[in-house]
Amino acid sequence: MTDTHVAAPAKTAAPPPDAPRNQALARAALLLLRGRTLVVLVLLILIFSAISSEYLTQSNLILMTKHVAINAILAIGVTFVILTGGIDLSVGSIAGLASMVSGGLLFKGLNVPGGTVFFSVAVVILIGIVVGALVGAVNGVLITRFKVAPFIATLGMLYVARGLAQLHSNGGTYPDLAGSAARGNEGFHFIGVDSLLGIPVAVWIMVLVAVAAIVVTTRTPFGRRIFAVGGNERAAVLSGIRVNRIKIAVYVISGACAALAGLLLTSELGAAYPDTATTYELNAIAAAVLGGTALAGGRGTIIGTVMGAFVIGFLSDGLVLVGVSTFWQSVVKGAVIVFAVITEQAQQRLQSGLTKRTA
Amino acid sequence: MSAGKTSAVLEARNISKSYGGVRALKDVTFTAHQGKVNVLVGENGAGKSTLMKILSGSEQPTSGEILLDGEPVVLASPREAMKRGIGIIHQELSLFPNLSIAENMFAGRELRRGGRFVDSGAQRRRTREVLKRLGQDRLDPGTLVGDLPIGQQQLVEIGRALLEDVRVLIMDEPTSALSNHEVDVLFGVMADLRAQDVTVIYISHKLDEFRRIGDWVTVFRDGSLVAHESMDSTDTGWIVRQMVGRDPDSLYVRNSSPVGDLLLEARGLTAPGFHDVSLAVRKGEVVGIYGLMGAGRTELMECLMGMRRASAGEVLLRGKPEPKGTVQARMAGGLALVPEDRQRDGLVQTMSVRDNILLATVARFTRAGLLTGGAEQRTADAKVRELAIKSPGLAATVTALSGGNQQKVVLARALLTEPVVLLLDEPTRGIDVGAKAQIAALMADLAAQGFGVLFISSELAEVMAMADRVLVMARGRITAEFTAQTVTEEALVTASASESVLEGQQ
Repeated sequence: MTDTHVAAPAKTAAPPPDAPRNQALARAALLLLRGRTLVVLVLLILIFSAISSEYLTQSNLILMTKHVAINAILAIGVTFVILTGGIDLSVGSIAGLASMVSGGLLFKGLNVPGGTVFFSVAVVILIGIVVGALVGAVNGVLITRFKVAPFIATLGMLYVARGLAQLHSNGGTYPDLAGSAARGNEGFHFIGVDSLLGIPVAVWIMVLVAVAAIVVTTRTPFGRRIFAVGGNERAAVLSGIRVNRIKIAVYVISGACAALAGLLLTSELGAAYPDTATTYELNAIAAAVLGGTALAGGRGTIIGTVMGAFVIGFLSDGLVLVGVSTFWQSVVKGAVIVFAVITEQAQQRLQSGLTKRTA
Repeated sequence: MSAGKTSAVLEARNISKSYGGVRALKDVTFTAHQGKVNVLVGENGAGKSTLMKILSGSEQPTSGEILLDGEPVVLASPREAMKRGIGIIHQELSLFPNLSIAENMFAGRELRRGGRFVDSGAQRRRTREVLKRLGQDRLDPGTLVGDLPIGQQQLVEIGRALLEDVRVLIMDEPTSALSNHEVDVLFGVMADLRAQDVTVIYISHKLDEFRRIGDWVTVFRDGSLVAHESMDSTDTGWIVRQMVGRDPDSLYVRNSSPVGDLLLEARGLTAPGFHDVSLAVRKGEVVGIYGLMGAGRTELMECLMGMRRASAGEVLLRGKPEPKGTVQARMAGGLALVPEDRQRDGLVQTMSVRDNILLATVARFTRAGLLTGGAEQRTADAKVRELAIKSPGLAATVTALSGGNQQKVVLARALLTEPVVLLLDEPTRGIDVGAKAQIAALMADLAAQGFGVLFISSELAEVMAMADRVLVMARGRITAEFTAQTVTEEALVTASASESVLEGQQ
């Protein structure tokens, strides 16, 4: 009994003396890869603050986080869609449409028989978000009932929603969204301009949205089903999951988030114009991918997406601050996104390699 | 050996093949006789296709040698095998439906003119010659392959092999998708090839068919060659006995619980893939569906489960019609399906063992709408113990488990939905013998607990040893029904074979 016990390790110990060290190295590398978005973010801050003394000032941080907030909210919505294996290219246009609908309500009110009605800011914001959710629902129905590929359906919606935004004002801008006491619609600047406890309201809203999204994705049956649909749709069907409902729901969430982001942007600018948030969908998708969300579906986290949005935001603003040309900004941003996907794949390989060895 | 003067053209000597730890072929010595039709039979996984892949160069043997005309050869690739005159036609057609017959024939080896440009005229001429040899003189080489019926597509595939000077033609179940008439045409072509001294190796499941055309029959079982005889000296019963082997009962536990109320009933159920199917499963009963691949078995299961819409007929659960036909309604009515293809239909590969087990019932583990990790953990853990699932941990990705354990994960999920009838589509496919016995024991155990079990199997031994009643499916219909007492291998094989046999019986 004891003889064999002693003999066994003696045999195996000889050939691979550095195997455990390799494994420890692999584990460390994996940890680094998992936290790579954070690592990159810290590196960015260190590099830019070394180059420019303005980078780490309070005013610049507030400006940057405000930019981040808008993209993060868009990206969180898009993450829900990508987790199911879909894609939403229409979020920028939905933001623009919501901006015009809400801006129009504030600027010129709603024409009804017998006059013009003005709504309070809270109601206007709610209507904007509902419009976004409805557009998302249309996306969802096109994709589930009419079996249009998500890329095509939302690409179509990208044009349609942008067109509707332009039709809303015939291409013009709603320049003044301050409202008036007489109309009872003052205070739209609160969400995009004001601060609470020294932190912009937009950032608070981003935190709320992120926390809600984290709870939904990780702590509810609905969240679990989103991952199941993205991981293997056929298995999800067989498990009694109403796949179509889940899909419609994620496009509704994405549309609502897009509308909210559009309203924050509009409030910050103090005016609603039809080209609001043009091409923002690409930044949103980039943030999700940077944060480790797999475009094939089934894998990803909200916190990763938020980190991705921070990286993109801090990178772009940093490049502007240190005076890099807009052309080079594009090049750098694109390279970072592709690099992120490469490291993501390295992480997957390392992870499956480790589990196989330990299994 | 009574087939007269024959000479071996292609021989496999002491061939073994292992995939990982699984031995797919064990020391097989096989001879293909020149200018004859050599039939290979055996159940799924018996090793026939593996040997053919080795003989056609797409797989390399772990040990053993191949002799062509008595000389040892190494067939490193399908291209090399082809060069030596060995062609293979796979079960799944590998044609381009969007290209013409001529373009398909020469795909990847186009005839050139001036070294660069495709010589379409010459391709058409050669194609026309080959089609004539196949008795299809009226077929235009410019016809799109997608526009041809499946039988003629099969002939195009054979034509591809004939373009090269093929001496040995391997056909892996070429008739599984053909109509009787198309089978006749194919057999005519095979007879012609034989007359031209081409050696045919022909894999088939259909006893009634291959007896018409075969000169030699070779039987495989569990990776070994168990019999090699001239067709004249055998009969159907002998072949089936060789296929099944002895004593299948020892591996499986037979259900012996008393049969109770009607749990599941289908009346005249019809959907694409099957027609007018009626069946019943009672409490405590294990019912098997035997049939060949493509007989409509999986479609039937998916329709029962609500994954496919029925165009006619009804499903009754515990005596009550269930008209909605959605997965949710069928699940609520007490059905649960363990699918045939675990990877495609069963598992969410990106999820953990725990999340996979709980997927269908996750809504139960909430308090105030939020998941309660503790209850989830306990439930999953209990199922892992109950079914003896071997896993590195509940949080491990499900893909880290072995095939048998993955199957148990899917089974655990199905059982958690508290079904009354469990539908199992090929529950033991692709898992090792030990896990097979465990799954079989589990099925008997479920019946004893009062479940109804309906399972599909294409293994004779399994279905005979496990089922209280066996339904046989062929070409989308239930063609026979046996009880455990009345069932025989021969009757099962006959009933699962082709229509002509059944038409003869009726």
